[in-house]
Amino acid sequence: MEDVLKFFMENKDLIFIIILSVFLGIEVISHVPAVLHTPLMSGANAIHGVVIIGAIIVMGHAKDTLPMVLGFIAVILGTLNVVGGFVVTDRMLEMFKKKKPNK
Amino acid sequence: MDTIQKVIQFSSEISILEISYIVASVLFILGLKKLSHPDTARSGNLWAAAGMIAAILFTILFHKIDGENIGNIPWILSALAIGTVVGWYAARKVKMTAMPQMVSLFNGMGGACAALISLMEFPKMQIKLAALPIPATNMLNGEAIAILLGLMIGGVSFAGSMIAFAKLDGRIGDIKHPILRIINLSFLALLLISIGFIMTLAPNPDSNLVIYLFAAAALIYGVTFVMPIGGADMPVVISLLNSFTGVAAAMGGFLYSNQAMLTGGILVGSSGTILTILMCKAMNRSLINVIIGAFGGKAASAASSGEKSVKEITLSDASILLSYSQKVFIVPGYGLAVAQAQHLCHELDTLLASKGVEVKYAIHPVAGRMPGHMNVLLAEADVPYEKLVEMDDANQEMQNTDVVIVIGANDVVNPAAEDDPGSPIYGMPIIKASEAKNVIVMKRSMATGYAAIENNLFYHPKNRMLFGDAKATLQKLIAEIKAL
Repeated sequence: MEDVLKFFMENKDLIFIIILSVFLGIEVISHVPAVLHTPLMSGANAIHGVVIIGAIIVMGHAKDTLPMVLGFIAVILGTLNVVGGFVVTDRMLEMFKKKKPNK
Repeated sequence: MDTIQKVIQFSSEISILEISYIVASVLFILGLKKLSHPDTARSGNLWAAAGMIAAILFTILFHKIDGENIGNIPWILSALAIGTVVGWYAARKVKMTAMPQMVSLFNGMGGACAALISLMEFPKMQIKLAALPIPATNMLNGEAIAILLGLMIGGVSFAGSMIAFAKLDGRIGDIKHPILRIINLSFLALLLISIGFIMTLAPNPDSNLVIYLFAAAALIYGVTFVMPIGGADMPVVISLLNSFTGVAAAMGGFLYSNQAMLTGGILVGSSGTILTILMCKAMNRSLINVIIGAFGGKAASAASSGEKSVKEITLSDASILLSYSQKVFIVPGYGLAVAQAQHLCHELDTLLASKGVEVKYAIHPVAGRMPGHMNVLLAEADVPYEKLVEMDDANQEMQNTDVVIVIGANDVVNPAAEDDPGSPIYGMPIIKASEAKNVIVMKRSMATGYAAIENNLFYHPKNRMLFGDAKATLQKLIAEIKAL
């Protein structure tokens, strides 16, 4: 029990951010029209590419061959997620440009 | 109890880095917000992208662990360059119809990235724990939870996305067997138990076998998780896996106490979950129902007996019927996307419009393989947005519509959803094509749609079939109307 409380205290800021972000995420998109489901999903897909920062951090401190190789692959995969995600979303939204808001 | 002391290492570089993370988080939030409104969606995407670039750039420049800067910069930059070129090229070149697969593929990359991070951090943690003045006897700590959950969720997301990609691309079919359900549940339980088990182990700096086994199990679960889910439900699955990857990214944020990763990941995790539920709602089904899979079971419903006749319509009859109508609704479906017939469809509607016919499109929220699929497809063919009518509005206009042309759609116009409680799609809102005066269904054959159920609309007295590939048929129909 003490361990749990200690863990909570050590990470209280992060836990706070997590809880607030959960509510924020729900709130931000709760009134999206069905037309935008796909672009929104694709945009969110690009945003979770932020995992690339983790890959850069490991890669940046890797010393041995195996972590170097894995880190290199991880950075490439993360970049694919970010770049591909944003470009695909932009292409989808490009097609909506002429439209007026629906009702 | 030990007092917890937080040593704040102050330097202007760290401050700049943290400020850039705050800016990135704000841009992600505003980006998502703008993405959910049609007018601002495109700029929202760019805002989020700007936040991402800032976060990446400042991490490379200013990130430090124990005072040590990021090294291996040439390698990092070349990996970034490779990813950018390949990602950009793939995203630019892909056909509009293959968009869903592409999103799934990119999602899988993110999941794999998260899993690899965990795979590299686990050995580091083992070494660190074993080298403590009093070597740890177990791995019961927050870091281990973040690593293991990141690996599991990332791995499932990667493997699942690859299967979803292959299904949407038509490379593999569904494998449906009741036993898969049991296998899946036991696999999930096994994974969760393994997390607990691994954490009770003493750290062993010499062997990382346990983490590789765990990674392999997560990958297998990802495959068996998506395998039984029908191809028509892939959008929901992709959205779900998308939110999984968000959570996996957040685990990385937890691991590195990195706020940008944390907010970005959790935002996607929670908004992705809500989006998944919204998509399910649009189909009037529950998420559990999609995952366990009620579709594809045999529809032993009342409507299967009795002699039913299908009437065909000739091209010339169809062209005359259309040319002399007042109001026509086109109901597009996946078949239109497969046949790449969206441009011909637009040609047909302008041709009819020039003859004074009012032509509109009735868009079912789940027509196609992704919600909004039809909107994107028709927008590509320059069909004006005002002509796309949402299902509820279209249904109100049905009664004074002369002809409804169903092109490559099936389940979204199946009246069984309304009148047959035994049908697996019972309760799903549909486009009420049979309320119009005439219905023409363009279809390659009498085969069933993705839900694998008969469609009584085809036998409806008002309906006539126009068999053939959507593209070829539309071409002939346009030629016929022009010749009138």
